[in-house]
Amino acid sequence: MNRIVKKTKLNEQVTLMDIEAPHVVKNARPGQFVVLHINEAAERIPLTICGKDPEKGAITVIFQIVGCATSWLELLEVGDVIHDILGPLGQPTEIRNYGKVICVGGGVGVAELLPVAKALKDEGNFVVSIIGARNKDLLILKKEMEDASSKLLIATDDGSLGHKGFVTDLFQEELSKDNYEMTFCVGPIPMMRRTCELARANNAKIKVSLNSNMVDATGMCGTCRITVGGKTYFTCVDGPEFDGLLVDFDELQNRDKRFAQEERISFEEFKKRHQCVNRTQKKE
Amino acid sequence: MRKQDPKERITNFNEVAFGLTEEEAVAEAKRCLFCKKPSCIGGCPVEIDIPAFIKLIAEKKFKEAILKVKEKNNLPAVCGRVCPQEDQCEAKCILRKKKAAIDIGSLERFAADWEIAKDHRPKTMDHRPLSAKPPEGTIDPGPKVAVIGSGPAGLTCAADLAKLGYRVTLFESLHKAGGVLIYGIPEFRLPKHVVDYEVDCIRSLGVELKLNYLIGQTETIAGLKNEGYKAFFVSTGAGLPYFLGVEGENLNGVYSANEFLTRVNLMKGYKFPEYSTPVSIGETVAVVGAGNVAMDCARCSKRLGAKNVYIVYRRTEQEMPARLEEIENAKEEGIIFKLLTNPVRLFGERGWVDRMECINNALGEPDESGRRRPVPIKGSEYIMPVNTVISAIGQGPNPLLLRRIEGLGLNKRGNIITDENAMTSIKGMFAGGDIVTGAATVILAMGAGKQAARSIDKYLNG
Repeated sequence: MNRIVKKTKLNEQVTLMDIEAPHVVKNARPGQFVVLHINEAAERIPLTICGKDPEKGAITVIFQIVGCATSWLELLEVGDVIHDILGPLGQPTEIRNYGKVICVGGGVGVAELLPVAKALKDEGNFVVSIIGARNKDLLILKKEMEDASSKLLIATDDGSLGHKGFVTDLFQEELSKDNYEMTFCVGPIPMMRRTCELARANNAKIKVSLNSNMVDATGMCGTCRITVGGKTYFTCVDGPEFDGLLVDFDELQNRDKRFAQEERISFEEFKKRHQCVNRTQKKE
Repeated sequence: MRKQDPKERITNFNEVAFGLTEEEAVAEAKRCLFCKKPSCIGGCPVEIDIPAFIKLIAEKKFKEAILKVKEKNNLPAVCGRVCPQEDQCEAKCILRKKKAAIDIGSLERFAADWEIAKDHRPKTMDHRPLSAKPPEGTIDPGPKVAVIGSGPAGLTCAADLAKLGYRVTLFESLHKAGGVLIYGIPEFRLPKHVVDYEVDCIRSLGVELKLNYLIGQTETIAGLKNEGYKAFFVSTGAGLPYFLGVEGENLNGVYSANEFLTRVNLMKGYKFPEYSTPVSIGETVAVVGAGNVAMDCARCSKRLGAKNVYIVYRRTEQEMPARLEEIENAKEEGIIFKLLTNPVRLFGERGWVDRMECINNALGEPDESGRRRPVPIKGSEYIMPVNTVISAIGQGPNPLLLRRIEGLGLNKRGNIITDENAMTSIKGMFAGGDIVTGAATVILAMGAGKQAARSIDKYLNG
């Protein structure tokens, strides 16, 4: 159990892993996540279940190296075992036939969008997916998203693939061309915020999937709390999906950086111990 | 009992109370009158034969003493440390009126620690009372029972059922067993190796432990029924944090007690960055509430380096729900008590809490709890500078599992309603501990687990 059975680097920052977790596979549905506790000393981190293989009893997770825990995970190889996997957690995405829907994903958020887009298309929706990254090398799951969508649009900041600019440009373009019943959006907070602003301006409905720092992820600690429509919710048990038009993004953005200082310290400590150089820093 | 010096102990997370030496324990045990009709037992929710184990200590038969305790109590090293004996067994001790009650808690801890130190890690049979049925394999294996939540209630129920010959699976959502004993109570009050040891003992009775298993998400009750479980014990505790309900409580630097303690204890945030779960603590910390959980938060804050740590409580010292011992420990460690004080609003600069507006209270007429109701004094508002605020005003029942069980009767606070046999509105489903009573003590939860085990046995064996 909890054994890594496949490891693929999707690009220099993002890795895909298949992990044996039959206890999670059984009841996992699109939109749900797991908490990984990589070893005794690691922080518990939530990762979206990007896919599952019931025959092998394995789930797929895709992660970007952003700190200590993800670096630790990156050090593991096929055959290694992860200490603890808890899941499936959170409410599944409401999958039904909406008609025409848009899925918008940025960066590693595309990984979280994939199972949702796939399930929506299987349910008979016309799925327009808009995915983006800084450049074409950082864009992940292009082929998979193509298969999971009726139509795929791509944006890169530098124009190395698809539209030169942001996914939000393409989103605005689509909304002005056609009516969509629902939008599903996952990505960095500023990108989700901008997407929600555009949805509001165009009278479109939107759901965002939030990726908060969590501890137990069972509704026990409240660290992942956010305000939606003036009420406090816990991302772990009430989410991770919320009505994007009602999310208090100022608060979300503020709470997102509450452990930034400590995270820097533990990452430095990690690098000292493992003498592993942060790739992003090396590049810069 | 000897304790670590306060000046020293606020710099570490080592256990505060040292425990009795062999000589001290034997001398204390010899003070016992060994009453013919002992009243102390009636004060013990898990019915330990107190005079019998004390007598064995007096006779220096320590192994026999701990076995005697363990006939009834599956968590003696825990109870010896965190039980409010002063309100229970020791309150009933006949010597209390004459001199001082027998220090039953310390003696229980002594016997338990003696076993741990000698590492008499029990073999399966050791802890089965003679009356118990033979273990699995010798006859038909007993029916399968699912115990959900591995806190004090769940551990006790699981252990007692295993002793009766049932096949018990104990489900726990976290990566360690023990519930509040692991995530809530700090190392300096209850070392985690002690909890681990007691959990190991319970597993050695044949209890199967499934960690990282959140019933309601990982598996449903219906799914467990399909796997052949015949009875259920829900002991999911008081896992829902209550926040203050004031403006500004989602600012950075504001924690629930559950979050703060889980980061510090379960995730070992006090060893940061060796352990990488962060817990940020400011120079001035206000802990709102005055129960044992609040004292734990305040004392952890001090140890994490906070300069000024306040307990902010709306009533007076008399009404504080914490154990006297914990209040004294907190005072010794320099925790400042701001009584008759209520927070009304939190302010922040650049997203971080930096001020707390408080109002002074006066005590009015008694409320339904019998304690005098705090009444805010108009115009007494003032600003208190703070960098960290911890809400320790209680916990409610976590609704995650409960709302997925159709037909489960809950009261208006969301706690499970049970009958006199600990059975819920659903046949074959029992419940006990904080999920039924609301946040209470370790030992009351254990008593509930014990009672439920008896009822489950009757239900299955009728």
